[in-house]
Amino acid sequence: MGKPKFVYVTYIRTTPEKLWAALTDPRTIRKYWFGMTVECDWKPGSPWRLKFEDGRTADTGEILEADPPKRLVIGKWHNQFKPELNAAGMSRCTMEIEMVDYYPGFGRKAVKLMITHEAESEQGAPLIEAVSGGWPKVLSNLKSLLETGDVAFKR
Amino acid sequence: MIDTAKFKPKTIYVTYIAATPEKVWQALTDPAFTTHYFFGFAVDVEPKQGGRFHLFWPDGRVHVTGEVVDWSPPRRFSCSWLVEGMKDFGELPQCLVTYDIEPSGEAVKLTMTESHSWDVPRDILKGGESGWPKILSGLKSMLETGKPLAVDTKEGPPPEFMAAVKKAVAEKPWLKR
Repeated sequence: MGKPKFVYVTYIRTTPEKLWAALTDPRTIRKYWFGMTVECDWKPGSPWRLKFEDGRTADTGEILEADPPKRLVIGKWHNQFKPELNAAGMSRCTMEIEMVDYYPGFGRKAVKLMITHEAESEQGAPLIEAVSGGWPKVLSNLKSLLETGDVAFKR
Repeated sequence: MIDTAKFKPKTIYVTYIAATPEKVWQALTDPAFTTHYFFGFAVDVEPKQGGRFHLFWPDGRVHVTGEVVDWSPPRRFSCSWLVEGMKDFGELPQCLVTYDIEPSGEAVKLTMTESHSWDVPRDILKGGESGWPKILSGLKSMLETGKPLAVDTKEGPPPEFMAAVKKAVAEKPWLKR
């Protein structure tokens, strides 16, 4: 068995630039990530911090790669609010953005977003199980927000 | 009726949709709706357990045949699934596709589970892994915006997928004990 990982793909009617902005702008993140905010300057080597609405730190990490609007890698991702998930160790999340072909004749585009969240060690299974439940909610909301201007659900 | 106990979940895709369970149910079972997001396929389902299930190409050819295993509107729709409309596929064992629809806050959680009765090679699973996110992203867009999502349908399954299907059909590993 390799390192546990979770892969999620969604297709969104948007542009890579708008999707990149939605993934990195704290005010937008708060809308689709159930009130969570992010502190980060999105430069390689910079710290990354996910916070609850009340200011408590949820997760910490570090930007390993930032290549707008194509690729973002958050490493040393470490849960700080659930002891059993903190004990599961660090993980790495890779976000890849790719334009999918135009629909011939319609001029419409779809953007593919692929999230790969991989544990740093084989002990990371509980963490990957937790993010497997969380990412579909967050990314479904992100897709709704970009396509309709509103999220699918608040909680 | 197939023995569902023999089928193990292999690919699961979850999406949350701003809609009612009834609307999601309709999107999965109404041919006028599926043509907009399911690579152009029209669904045709006999609405009862044991009923026939088909996906048709726009020109009327059969792509998938199956049998309804669970018909519980608007919560669970499950059917056996045999891809007849592509070379070699019709000789693979049928799989089981189950949609579960549950309210989740103001939204609806849709879970697609693709289950198999044999030890399917990874490369064959890649077909569903690449296809379901396109199909179900399109379904969500249709329900939330009324417009289909422009996903390139000519891309097809990954190259290793076709080779793996051919190999499996030649070796028939599901017949071995």
